[in-house]
Amino acid sequence: MTTRRPYDNVVVCAPVTVPYVRYSTDTAHWWIGRALHQLTKTAGIAPKDIDGLVLSSFTTGADSAVGMTQHLGLSPRWLDHVPMGGVSGVVGLRRAARAVQAGDAQFVAVVAGDTNHVDSFRKTLSSFSRFAQDAVYPYGSGGANASFALITKNYMNKYGVTREDFGKICVAQRDNALSIPFAMMKKKLTLDEYMKARPISDPLHLFDCVMPCAGAEAFLVCREDVAKSLNLPAVKLLSTIERHHAFADEAIQERGGWAVDVDDLWQMAGVKPDDVDLLQTYDDYPVIITMQFEDLGFCKKGEGKDFIRQHSFTTDGTFPHNTSGGQLSTGQAGAAGGHLGITEAMRQLTGQPIGKPVKDAKIAVVSGFGMINYDRGLSSGAAVLARAS
Amino acid sequence: MTEPLKRPRRKDPLKRTQQPLYPQSVRSRTAHGLTKAAAEGRFELQTCDDCSTVFYPPRDACPKCLSDCVPFKPVDNRGTLLAETTIRTSTDPYFRERTPWRVGLTKLDAGPVILSHIHGDVLEGQRVRLDLKLDKGGAPVMIALPEKDTPNMADDPHLREMTCDPKFRRVLITDGRTPVGQAMARAFSDAGCNIVFVGIADPWKPFPGQDELKKIERVEIVPLDVTDSESVTEQAEQNGGRIDIVVNTAEHIRAGGIMQRHGVTVAREEMDVRYFGLMRLAQAFGPAMRGRGADGVNSATAFVNLLSVHALMNWPQYGAYSAAEAASLSAAQCLRAELRPGGVRVMNVFFGPLDTEWFQTVPPPKVTPAALAKAVVQALQRGLEDVFVGDIAEDIRARLAANPKALERELAG
Repeated sequence: MTTRRPYDNVVVCAPVTVPYVRYSTDTAHWWIGRALHQLTKTAGIAPKDIDGLVLSSFTTGADSAVGMTQHLGLSPRWLDHVPMGGVSGVVGLRRAARAVQAGDAQFVAVVAGDTNHVDSFRKTLSSFSRFAQDAVYPYGSGGANASFALITKNYMNKYGVTREDFGKICVAQRDNALSIPFAMMKKKLTLDEYMKARPISDPLHLFDCVMPCAGAEAFLVCREDVAKSLNLPAVKLLSTIERHHAFADEAIQERGGWAVDVDDLWQMAGVKPDDVDLLQTYDDYPVIITMQFEDLGFCKKGEGKDFIRQHSFTTDGTFPHNTSGGQLSTGQAGAAGGHLGITEAMRQLTGQPIGKPVKDAKIAVVSGFGMINYDRGLSSGAAVLARAS
Repeated sequence: MTEPLKRPRRKDPLKRTQQPLYPQSVRSRTAHGLTKAAAEGRFELQTCDDCSTVFYPPRDACPKCLSDCVPFKPVDNRGTLLAETTIRTSTDPYFRERTPWRVGLTKLDAGPVILSHIHGDVLEGQRVRLDLKLDKGGAPVMIALPEKDTPNMADDPHLREMTCDPKFRRVLITDGRTPVGQAMARAFSDAGCNIVFVGIADPWKPFPGQDELKKIERVEIVPLDVTDSESVTEQAEQNGGRIDIVVNTAEHIRAGGIMQRHGVTVAREEMDVRYFGLMRLAQAFGPAMRGRGADGVNSATAFVNLLSVHALMNWPQYGAYSAAEAASLSAAQCLRAELRPGGVRVMNVFFGPLDTEWFQTVPPPKVTPAALAKAVVQALQRGLEDVFVGDIAEDIRARLAANPKALERELAG
């Protein structure tokens, strides 16, 4: 095994969220351009200063990150395209951090944005992957809901977690979202409403599912001294992990790839799960949240249900979790869904939350999960962030 | 327990006919290995030649050892349904009007985990058989069936979407003068067809078997001559809107090659019956069938072509006949593409020499008309697309797959 080298002197700053809308007649290019524009304003730099770019999007059509440089008038000396759905945020962050650390770029803009036209969801589903086309979409065309319904059902059967448990997480996230102006969901959710919601794909019901929307997220990765010279509040990157297609032998997915690399995550960060003040999981479905509690080491495998019963998960309660409301309440802006937790954690750690603050937040963990190709989500990643001293 | 189908009532002619839809049918080129197996009713998955790993979904390299020798092979279809879900919201119009729709993950004993449709008699946790079927759009799909057959299981509404079961449907047998046509009428009546229309050219001319034919339950003799455009059009105008299955039994079998024949008169007759005949039927009955692919329990479902297996490789002893059969086959492939948007299947049934007068001098094994009729009904019940009936047909199929050139030489005698 190799030892992972620390991200000396690398910080993350200038969190940007372009407020989400349910449907947009604009293109992904517009959303991405808007996010970068806002990023340069926030950071106080010019577009030409952006010498590194990581792009994630499902809806730029034929345009890759290269095409986007011309579209947006950028001339980076370091460019990456991370088409990894919900893990793009963490993966983009760790790619950018190494580029900055190695001196390949000074300002890496990590940006994700997707539009949502009235028909784009169906089109994305049917052509998501070759396996989806050959072996998933022709079976009822239930999309990710049906695939995660099967994972949820299997997990409930095996570990005894109940719909009420999942409901508690969703209700807490909705409470958190109520103080976030750009959240899609504006109304309080009760457990009773959660339980009685209309079924989508058993055992999943309406409030287990995210609402697809248009939106964009961005942040800047640079050296700590550079951020200081710009007077930018910044957070440190303590450690990251990334894993794809782990546990292929599980007939139905019960773990994400975090479980393979979690020891590295904590060892490299030099902190323990107990030290964490807030957790931003990738919350496309509550079962995946529960797996993250377990696989990231906050509780043991199979103890997710007890962990859920022990905590409130609200921003001002015990174990603050998805304090922006997460995608379940804020909406899923395509690939930007994987960046939502990062920008929210950055705001909490720098004392500039949009909604309610997590008291005295010093350490945050952000986790990503993505790409259900056939029967399971293939990609996982996580990062430990800390308030700069 | 599957609820047995109810005999459909007479349709209100003022009611709108539901338009046919079908699930997404685009597949990768490799996944058409499943299409090939499903078309003939085999259960096959990719199996690595190097490490024997069985895997799914279709890939271009073995996920165990990266070998590219990964052919489709017959595989044990038994497994356990690990988890199921009932889809209530679908983005696809076909499924949207058919929800709730159950799908689930089956762990096959042979290894892979397969997402499939689920028969109504199967519950989560149970042992199942996976079957490979063609769906309404002619694309290959998996369905989990009960471990053992259950009462009325063919009536399951989701399974019936993937088959062309004659039960309660109305069939047109295009030529009832032949022994094959009469055997077909009997078999379709036995299979539970609501009406068995049997076409007879020049009905005033008596023919052998006439009395027996008329005695078969639910048989209705209708005037039809496939070599006469007017007759075909008239019959379609009369009954075309309520014909769910067409079985083209019109035949023209004469021995001999092409060099020794005098002129082209006989060849023209052969083409008139087998090629132009099919074209007339397609033009007269095809459009209405394509429009009625989702018309309830007795929706239009199949167009059956009976073809000599020598449509696939000429048999010089019956050389001109083989050529007409090849023309008919090619037209049937075209018709298949044209009827697919309506969810109507074109089934090609390839038979070896028949046990009828026109193959009098050919030694056995031969296919009796009754065996051919039985095979056709069973293939419709299973929803197949390509069927080989009899030892000779199977033999030609295997030899054609192995070495077409060897077959060509050997058939030349």
